[in-house]
Amino acid sequence: MATTETAETTRRDFLYIATGAVGAVGAAALIWPFISQLQPDASVLALSTTEVDLSQIAEGQIVTVKWRGKPIFVWNRTPDDITKAKDVQLSALLDPVARNANLPADAPATDENRAAKDKEKWLVVIGICTHLGCVPIGHSGEYDGWFCPCHGSEYDSAGRVRRGPAPENLPIPPYQFVSDTKISIG
Amino acid sequence: MNKLMSSLSFVSLRCGVLAGAVALATLAGGAGMASAQEHGAPQPHRESWTFAGPFGKYDRAQLQRGFQVFKEVCASCHSAHLFAFRNLAQEGGPGFTEEQAKTVAEEYKVQDGPNDAGDMFERPGRLSDRWPSPFPNEQAARASNGGAFPPDFSVLAKARTYEVGFPGFLIDIVRQYQEQGPDYIHALLNGYKDPPEGFKLPEGAHYNEYFPGHAIKMPPPLSADQVTYSDGTPQTVDQYSRDVIAFMMWLAEPHLEARKRIGFQVMIFLIVFGGLLYFTKKKVWKKVHDEHA
Amino acid sequence: MSGHATFEPKNPALKWFESRLPLVGLIHSSFIAYPTPRNLNYWWTFGGILSLMLVCQILSGVVLVMHYTPHVTLAFDSVEHIMRDVSYGWLIRYIHSNGASMFFIAVYIHMFRGLYYGSYKSPREVLWILGVIIYLLMMATGFMGYVLPWGQMSFWGATVITNLFSAFPLVGPTIVEWLWGGFAVDNPTLNRFFSLHYLLPFMIAGVVVLHVWALHVVGQNNPTGVDPKSEKDTVPFTPYATIKDAFGMVCFLLFFAWFVFYIPNYLGHADNYIPANPLVTPAHIVPEWYYLPFYAMLRSVPDKLGGVLTMFGAIIVLFFVPWLDTSKVRSAAYRPLFKQFFWIWIAVCIGLGWLGSKPAEGGYVIAGRILTVWYFAHFLIILPLLGLFEKPKQVPASITESVLGKSKA
Repeated sequence: MATTETAETTRRDFLYIATGAVGAVGAAALIWPFISQLQPDASVLALSTTEVDLSQIAEGQIVTVKWRGKPIFVWNRTPDDITKAKDVQLSALLDPVARNANLPADAPATDENRAAKDKEKWLVVIGICTHLGCVPIGHSGEYDGWFCPCHGSEYDSAGRVRRGPAPENLPIPPYQFVSDTKISIG
Repeated sequence: MNKLMSSLSFVSLRCGVLAGAVALATLAGGAGMASAQEHGAPQPHRESWTFAGPFGKYDRAQLQRGFQVFKEVCASCHSAHLFAFRNLAQEGGPGFTEEQAKTVAEEYKVQDGPNDAGDMFERPGRLSDRWPSPFPNEQAARASNGGAFPPDFSVLAKARTYEVGFPGFLIDIVRQYQEQGPDYIHALLNGYKDPPEGFKLPEGAHYNEYFPGHAIKMPPPLSADQVTYSDGTPQTVDQYSRDVIAFMMWLAEPHLEARKRIGFQVMIFLIVFGGLLYFTKKKVWKKVHDEHA
Repeated sequence: MSGHATFEPKNPALKWFESRLPLVGLIHSSFIAYPTPRNLNYWWTFGGILSLMLVCQILSGVVLVMHYTPHVTLAFDSVEHIMRDVSYGWLIRYIHSNGASMFFIAVYIHMFRGLYYGSYKSPREVLWILGVIIYLLMMATGFMGYVLPWGQMSFWGATVITNLFSAFPLVGPTIVEWLWGGFAVDNPTLNRFFSLHYLLPFMIAGVVVLHVWALHVVGQNNPTGVDPKSEKDTVPFTPYATIKDAFGMVCFLLFFAWFVFYIPNYLGHADNYIPANPLVTPAHIVPEWYYLPFYAMLRSVPDKLGGVLTMFGAIIVLFFVPWLDTSKVRSAAYRPLFKQFFWIWIAVCIGLGWLGSKPAEGGYVIAGRILTVWYFAHFLIILPLLGLFEKPKQVPASITESVLGKSKA
C-alpha cells in the first residue's frame, strides 16, 4: 500500500512539474513577439544612406545633414583648424580612441584617424553630444570645436572631447567618397 | 394538466419546426433568385496553389517568373506602392540576392529631393525605395486608361474573392482554404471571350466572363510568348497568369511562410500542453470523483 | 473538503503588509478558497476564456498602436506597414483582428449558457445586467476597431452604422454630424473612433471587475440551478476550477490559433483590403459576422426609425430577461418545454445571422421578418407564459444528489 502511494505521488508530481514547465515555456515564447516588435522595423533599417555634396561647403563652414534621423556635421576645416588638432598630444585627450566606424575599434584618436582618409580638411561626425544626446554648437568653446549647451562639454577641431562631462569623442559614421566632391554616409 | 402540458409542448415544437421549414424554404428560394439576378458570373475554378494548405510555401522560381511578368507587363499600368526593392531579397520571398535586388532598383529612376536649391530630382533607385508608380496620381491613371483606374497590386490578391455559399464556407475552415483571391484573378486573366449574342459592350470595354458586369476596361493583358522565360517554363497565358498571381499573393502576404511555419509549431505546442493539462485535470479531480464511487 | 479557510500569512513582512492592505487575502478568497459548485461543466470555462481574450486584445492592441497612424491618408498603409515591416507585426495584427471574433464567439457561448441554465434569475439579476452592459461595450469597441484599418468596409460600415442615428426624429441629423465631426465620415471620425476604441476596453475591464464582484457575492450558478447547500456541494476554486479553466482555455486557443495562422482573413472581408473610397460603395456591404443577426433585424423593418428601434430593442430586451422569465426553476435541464424553445431560439439567431449576410431582397426579407418576430416573441411572449404553464421536472434536492444520481445511473 505504502509503495503504491509513493509511486502514485511521484508520477503525479512529475505530471504537475511537466505541465507547469511546458506552460512556462509557452508563456516565454509568447512574450517574444511582443518584445521583438519594439526593434527598428524593416523600413527603418533600410533607410541607410545619405549623400552630401561637398562642393557647396565653403572653407571653414560646418554643414548639418540628417542621417537615420540624426544630425551629421560635415566641416570643411581651415589649415589652422587642422594644425591645432594635430598639435594635441594623445595623452591630453579624455578619450584616446578614434571612435571612427571606418577604422578598427582600437585606433588611436589622432587627427589622421578622425579626419577623412587622404582628405584631411573634411571632418564628418555624428552631431550628438556623447553625454546625454544634445546637439553641440559649432565654432564655439575654448577648443575651437563644439560646445554643448546642455552641460558644458567641449570638443576640439577634430571632434574630440576635451572637457567633460561627455565621456567620448563625437563618433564618426560610416561613410565613403563617391566622387571627389560627394560623400555617401551609411 | 400534465397532458395539456405535453400537448402544448408538442404544438410548440411543431410550430418551431414549421417556422424553421418555412424560413429555410424561403431562404432557398431567395438564394436562387438572388444568384440568378446579380451573379451572372460563373464561380471561379479552384486552382492548385503551392502556397495553399497548412504547409504551403511559395515556389521561388515561380515568384521570380511572376516578378518578371509583373515588371514587363503589369507594371506599365498597375502600381504597387507598398512594394519596396528590398522585399525582393527578403526571407520567404522570390529569393533574389541583395546584389540582384540592388541591380533591379538601379534600373529605375526614383524622385527624391528637394535638394539644396529646392528642386526635386531623379536618381537611381535604392533598396529602401518603393516601386515607382506608372502614374503620378489616380486622375492621371484614369486619363490614360479610358477612365478606369488600374488597381494597386500591393494587397490585391487579398482584396478579391467570390462567394462560396453553404456548406462550402464551413468546409473551407476545416480545409484551410483561403485562396479565393488567386482563384478569381486566374479566372479573370483567362476569362476573356467574345461577348454573347445581344450583349451590349460599352465603348473601350472587353468582355470577360468573370468580371462583375462582364465589361472590363483592361484589354486582355497576357498573350503567349509575350515574356521570355529563361528557365524553359512554357510561355502560355495560363502559365503567365499563375506565375504573376503567385507573385501578387506574395506581395499581399509576404510573411505567409513564416506564419504557417510558426503556426505548425504553435499547434504542436498547444496539443502537447492541452494533453498535459487534461491529465493533470483528471488527476486533480480524481479525489472528488472517487469520493462517491 | 472545500476549505473556506481565510488567508493567514506566516511571513512577518507579509503580515505587516496584509494588515495595511489585505491584497493577498483578497486574491486568496476570490481565486483560491472561493467555493465553486462541484458539478460545473465545460460551458462554465468561458468566463475564464473571456478574461483571457480581454487581456489578449488589450495587450495586442497596445502594441499595434505603437505602429498605427490614425489619419485617413496613412491609416491603411500603416496597418500594412505593421503586416510587412514590423517584427512579428503580422502575428500581432492577426491575433488582434481574429481575437475580436474569438471574443465574440466566447461571449455568445457564455450568454447562451446563462440563458440555458437560468443564470440571470434571482439573485443574479445585477450580475446578468452587468454582463449585458459588457456585451454592449464590446459591440461598440468592435465596431470602432473595424473602422481603423480604413478599408472600404471600414469606411462604409462606419457610414451605415453612424447613419442609424439619423433615424431619430428632430435631433437625428445633428447627432450624426456630431458623431462624424463633419458632414461625412472623414478624418475627425477616424480620430475620435481611434480614441474611443482605445478607451472602451478599459471601461470593459472596469465593468468586468464589477461583474466578477457581483458573481462572488451571489455565487456561481450550476447545471442543476440548485444553490449549494453544504460544503459537500462545492470545491475550492484552486486547484479544481483553475485547472479545468486552463484546459478549456488551451482548447479554445487551439481553435483561435487555427484562424490566426492558417485562415487569418477568413472572418474578415476581402473588400477591406481596398483602401477607403468615399465616392464608391462596395456592391455588397455587410458588417462583421457578430453583428449580422441585428443587421438582419434592421433590414426586416421597412421603416427607418422602426428598423433602428427593433435593432436596439433586440439588445435592450436582454436587460429584462430576469423579469420576463417567470419560471421558478432555473436550469433548462428540468424545464422540458423551455429547453425546446431555447434551441429554437438559438436556431432563429443563427438564421438571422445568415440572413444578415445575404442581400436584402425577396425571400430573404420575408424570412428575416418571420425570424425577427420569433426573436422578440421568445422573450416577450414565450418566456412569461412558459413560467405559468410549464410543469418542470423534479429538481434534485442538492448538487451532490444530482451528481450521485448520475454516477449511479
